[in-house]
This record gives sequence, C-alpha cells and structure tokens, in this order.
Amino acid sequence: MAGTIAIKNGYVYDPLNDINGEMMDIFIKDGKVVTELSGADMKDVKEIDAKGKTVMPGGVDSHSHVAGAKVNVGRMMRPEDHYKHYQKKTPLTHSGCGYSVPSVYLGGYEYSKMGYTTVFEAAVPPMEARHTHEEMRSTPMLDMGGYLVLGNNWFLMRYLKEGDVDKAAAYIAWMMRTHKTYGIKCVNPAGVENWGWGENVSALDQANIHFEVTPEDMIKSLTELNEKLGIPMPVHLHANNLGHPGCWEITRDSLKIPKNVKAKPNTDVEWAETKKNAKRHESVYLTHCQFNAFGGTSWRDFESGIKGITDYVNSNDHVVFDSGCVPFGDATVMTGDGPAIHDLYMLTGHKWSNTDVECECGSGVLPFEYLKGNPVHSVQWAMGLESLLYVKDAWKTIMTTDSPNGGPFTKYPLIIAWLMSNKARQDTFDECHKWAQDRTDLAAETREMDLFEIATITRANPARTIGMSYRKGTLGVGADGDVAIYDIDPKKLEVNDYESIVRGFENTAYTVKAGEVVSQMGEIVAIPEKNTFYSDIATDADDEKSMLADVKKWFKYYTIGFDRYPTPDKYLANPTPIQVNAEK
Amino acid sequence: MADVILKPIGNFDLTVEAEVVTPDNFAGKSADDIGKLLVWQGPEELPLADFFSVEGNGGSSAEDTTIIIDGEIPRVKRIGQEMTGGKVLIKGSAGMHVGSGMLGGEIIVEGDAESWAGMEMKGGSIHIKGDTKDHVGCAYRGSWKGMSGGRITIDGNAVSQVGGGLVGGEIIIGGSVKHFCGIRISGGLIVVKGNAVRTVGAEMTGGTIVVGGCIERFTPGFEMVDVESDLKFNDIECPGEYKKFTGDYAIPQKGKGTLYVSCNNNECL
Repeated sequence: MAGTIAIKNGYVYDPLNDINGEMMDIFIKDGKVVTELSGADMKDVKEIDAKGKTVMPGGVDSHSHVAGAKVNVGRMMRPEDHYKHYQKKTPLTHSGCGYSVPSVYLGGYEYSKMGYTTVFEAAVPPMEARHTHEEMRSTPMLDMGGYLVLGNNWFLMRYLKEGDVDKAAAYIAWMMRTHKTYGIKCVNPAGVENWGWGENVSALDQANIHFEVTPEDMIKSLTELNEKLGIPMPVHLHANNLGHPGCWEITRDSLKIPKNVKAKPNTDVEWAETKKNAKRHESVYLTHCQFNAFGGTSWRDFESGIKGITDYVNSNDHVVFDSGCVPFGDATVMTGDGPAIHDLYMLTGHKWSNTDVECECGSGVLPFEYLKGNPVHSVQWAMGLESLLYVKDAWKTIMTTDSPNGGPFTKYPLIIAWLMSNKARQDTFDECHKWAQDRTDLAAETREMDLFEIATITRANPARTIGMSYRKGTLGVGADGDVAIYDIDPKKLEVNDYESIVRGFENTAYTVKAGEVVSQMGEIVAIPEKNTFYSDIATDADDEKSMLADVKKWFKYYTIGFDRYPTPDKYLANPTPIQVNAEK
Repeated sequence: MADVILKPIGNFDLTVEAEVVTPDNFAGKSADDIGKLLVWQGPEELPLADFFSVEGNGGSSAEDTTIIIDGEIPRVKRIGQEMTGGKVLIKGSAGMHVGSGMLGGEIIVEGDAESWAGMEMKGGSIHIKGDTKDHVGCAYRGSWKGMSGGRITIDGNAVSQVGGGLVGGEIIIGGSVKHFCGIRISGGLIVVKGNAVRTVGAEMTGGTIVVGGCIERFTPGFEMVDVESDLKFNDIECPGEYKKFTGDYAIPQKGKGTLYVSCNNNECL
C-alpha cells in the first residue's frame, strides 16, 4: 500500500513532542503520521525494523541556495566544479554533476541520502521566480518553497518613503501570489540599490540614493508588514555590511529594530499534534550568523564577533538565526548582496559575476576555497560552531552552511560531528591556523550537543521557524510521513569516535518521504511526488487595485512585459498554496 | 620489467577515451585481461581489444610495467591519465589529455601530441619529441590551478595557454608558443626557448617564466627590475642575457611573479 509504513522499535527524536530517544513505533498511513495501523492495514504494510537505530523527522533546510538564476550562474561559471564530481544515471535516477553547486537532480538525491525531505530556496529575485520554479520543479525528492527578495524593491521603497503602508502590504501580498513564493527575504536592505550606483550603505541610519530610505526603515517596515499580513515565517534578514570586519555591531543593532514587533502568523492550516507550541513567536530570522558577525576593525585584527550576537539572542526572544557554518574546502559564494561579492573579488582576485535585477535587487557569485592554513578561514570555521554552541536554547538556532556559501550542504554530517564532539573540534584546531584558537573562544567551549539538540536544529526548529511545523519537522499525528532513520545506536554512541557520527549522518539507513522509502544506505530507491509551498495572502481589493495601477505604470522600467511577469501554476510541482489571512 | 605492446588496429573515426591505458591498470593483468578492459567510443563502451592488438602481460606493479604503443594514435585520448609509476612509450603521435593528472612515472611521445598534455599533472615526467597544441600542463576549463609537480618537456612548438594556472613543476618548450603562456600562474617554472605572441604571464601572482626568443606584444602590467645573465634553475640552463620583470600588477593581488625575457631578442623593451 503506497504511503503506508510501520517503523518499529527505533530510538525516536521528535523535539516538538519532547520525545528524546524513546524506543517506540511510528506508523504512517497514506503519507501522514497516524497513531496506529488497523489489523487490516498491518497485514500487507511495509515494516522497517529500526532496532538500534536513530529515528528523526525528515530533515528541513530552511536556508539553502539550490535553485534559480544565481545558482545556475554558479554552475555555468564553474565547469571545474563538475568534472571531478559526477554520478552516472541508473534505471531510476538521472545523471548529475557538481560538487559545491550540483545539478538539480544530483542536489535532490544528495539531500535525500542525508535524510532531508524539505528544502527552502533562500533567495528568489522576483524576476527570476519562473527560473527558480523551473529548477525546483526539476529537483527530485524534496518538498520546496522559496523566499522572495524584497529588501531593495523600488515599489516597496517608494511606498515606504511615502508612508503608504496599505499599498505596500497589498504589493507584498500580490508579489507572493504572483511569484508563488513563501516569505520575505531582506538582503543588505537599502544597500543593494545603492550598488547600482557603485555605492553601498554602511550604517543603519544612512539613507540610500534617490529613494532616501535607510536600512532601519526597511527592516522596521518589512517586519511590521510581515506580521500585518500574517505571513507564516518571520522576515529573513541578511544584514548590512556582511563580510566586513566589525559587522557584528550593525547586525546586533539590526536585530534590535523589530524587538517590539509581535509575531502574528495567521494561516488556515491543520496542525499536526505537538506537545510544544509549534508556532513561531519571532519577528526576525537572521541568516548565516557567521558571515554577519565578523569582529575586529580590519583583516589584521580580525576576530570572532559571535558573542556580541549570541549574547543578544540569549537575552531576547524575538530572534532566531541560522548559522552559516564553514566546514573548510570548496565552496561557491552566491548572494543577493552584489557589493559583498565585489569586495570578495577585490580580496581574492577570483572570477566573479554580478547582476543587477532591474527594479528589484541584485546578486553576485564567486568561487571560494576555505583553507585550514588560512587565518581568516580558520576563524570563520570556529565562528560557525560558536554561534550554535553559545546560544543556550537550541530553539533559537538552525544549523546550515548557507549552502554553498560556507560549503556545500553535503558537509552537514561534519558540522554535526563538531557540534557533538569536543574531541572533533580539538583535533581540527591541531590542523588549522592558530587564529582559530587565538581569535575565538571556541577552544574553551566544552558543550557537546546531543541527538535531541541535533534533531532540534536540523528539522524541528527550521520547520517551526518558517511556519512549516504544521506538517514538517515533527512525527506528531497528522504530520507528513517524512522520516530519517540513521544507523546510529544512541545507546552505543561514543562521541570521541566522531568519524562514526559523520558516517552515521552521511547516508541514512532509510529516508522515508510521505510513507515511502525513497533512499536506502546511500542509494535512491524511489522518486516520490513533491510539493511546492507558497503563501496565498488575501488583502483588501481596493488597495490591490490602486497598487496594481502604480505597478503597471512603472512597468515601463522593466525589460519584460507585465503579462510575462507572473509565474503560472504549471511551473510548480504540485502547487500547494497556504492560505494566509492578513489583518483587515 | 614487463613490456605490453599495443598496436592500433581499430576504427578511430570517433575518438576513443582510453584512460584505462596506464601501467597501474595493466599491472598484474595478462594480455587477454588487458584486451578486455573497457573504453568509451562515443556512446558505446567497448573492449580495448577492438582497437588494439595486445602483446605481453603486465608486470607485477605499475613500476614494473612498460606500455609501448606501436603506431599513431592522435584520436585516442587520456593515455596515462593519473598513472602513478611505470612507463608509457608512444612511438607515434598521441591524442588529447596524454598524461593528464599523472602522479608519477614517465611518458614519452615520439611524435606530436594533441592539446591538454599533462593537464593538472602532479608528478612524473612527460617528454614530447614533436609539437603539441593548446593547454600543456594547464588547469581544466574554469579552474585556476594547473599542473602542480613533475616536468613536461616539449622539443617542438606548443600553441596557446601553456601552463595556465601553473602551481608547481616545470614546463620546458624547445620551440615557440602563441597566446596566454603562463596565464594566472602562482608557482613553478615555464621556459620557452623560442618566441611568444602575447599575454605572457598575464595575471601571474608567482612562479617564473623565461622566454628566450621574442615576445611580439608584451603584457602591460609588468615592471623591469634588473638584468641577469646565464640563468640556471637546478638542471635547467638558460644561457644569455635576460631582462628581469615582476608582475602582474594589473590585478588587485599585485603579483609577485618573475618574467625573464631575452635581451637580444627584445631590444624594444
């Protein structure tokens, strides 16, 4: 029977239900978690013996660059990323290639082998939404969605300058629906627009050219609008000055701006059963904390500024962040922050690409290699881990590499090993530049995460943060039947033997998606159906009408016609709108 | 020492991907087993015996194995790819990618070689007695890290992109080269005894290039620092007077590469 399965006797970790390694059975019927299966169902059901294994909800990556124009530029400009890393086709799977920027098929397979079932694309420029959806549609194995880049959008900046909040809200709602995207991404607010004129902004109160809005205006307004609209996730913020020594201060100050904005996600969905409150209460979701928390004043006195951020996060409850860890090795830096890429080019001299996305945003791409012998890279490695270890409450953090910026997502098992094993960290200190010890406090940190915390920062919390925990990131009754079964026996786990942690998380014993085994011991065994989520926000019809009149008038500045702008449903695999109720 | 003699007998209308032809793969195999190794030709995977007659068994190890290719194989690619030891002697001309990524051992080509000879090689030696084409010891397309060790000697001419992205090792060209010789190198040594057309050492950040002939159009980002005579790099000798330049200063990294150019053949510099 398709989508029906019994997973017996595994050690289950379901943080949203406070289940911490209890031996129990998980039943899935027709793709959803159920309390039990009837005798008739049990007769011909597939049964998995998970004895001595770790059972978690399917992994959820809430920030990864996997689809769209800049990801594809990363592929096009990096043939050297492909020819040594490839996979032949099988009767079931496509061929694929690419190490740091894999082709869509390979990317889907590799996520699935690690037990991930849900991945959200971190940045969708509105004009590139069609392209992004085409790639997401072709990425197998994963349920997906994407965040719309709005931090430098001309229409929004104009409405906010004029104080026209209702039209701004109507615009965001219309844009989400038009481009079939899920939440608001805000990249270097007000700064990327300036980059069109060869400049940037460097302070929260610095107004940009022509529109005369400040980063503070953008963060304040977008976070308020986000809650007015009832969007499932908080505003996803990539702060200003990213990648500059000393940028931790502007990041902390940016996080202060939405302190008093109250989270009001308002969606018409049925929630899976969870003991913990599965709804978010945060008004801002900071991304790749590591890149936003550089200390010092120059590359000479460069140091970790992570404490400045984590101290703030520890004492405030309106912030959640993902880490942006650096696992060393090959990476491809890609971001909507065009000027940050230019700075990296000046630093490295490497090949680079920049794009101005007309009236909307920008982007840039540059290949990068993080070296253990490099002082700055070694500090960045330590900083990513610091960010996750210093925040006491795992419900405020999410583990990512900002793939492929810090490194490809395929290195997640290594990050997990460093988080779970102090010995793994100490052994890496021996191999990398001494700045990792001298310029950070990681060497003195003895915290070792357990499997419950790992489950929290790799599935439960990413899902909760973006408002997907109504069906993802938990094994509560009613949730999607997405399960990762790792060949790790928690009773015998010896964290000093960290190689075994890496091996355990590299390939699942079984990845189950919607009740079907899709990957087994590193091999793809089935290609499941996939869903694409987006926010369908209802707003005032009159506001929408007058807003659309503005948009049509300004569309003369676009290189495409207005009718070609929206992304039709057919670009999405199983379009799954989430009904969002805006404040009236 | 065991000799395995391959004689081309097949149809090479479509190029053949022969990365299995290395002393490492032949070691410990009989002539029959060697003939059964698979190579790609277009969309098909076919046994090596379809293309070559095989005579002699492999030695006990790569070091013990010599492969002699008795004929012209300009359309057989990747001979000696990633070999770690032993010897390959090609009595005629070789196809693309001969010795690419090789780690050790020796390859001798008595005729010419196609492009990409010794691409990204890390050790060992390649000696091409005739001419070769583009990308000798170069980085793969898109990569900026080329050959990192070993030595490539070309008795004749090479064309463009010689030693592109060179990190280490030595390339000695007896004849002339054309464009982008030593582009983006960060280490190693390139000696061109003949002439070059243009963009020698463009964007170099380290390493050394010597041009014994004339550079038709000199790269602009270099600064002359000295004149030196009778250069010697271990066993490689470059007699005569050379103008010494450093660069390339045209890129943000402000390179620390060294470029020697013959005084006699470049009076205008």
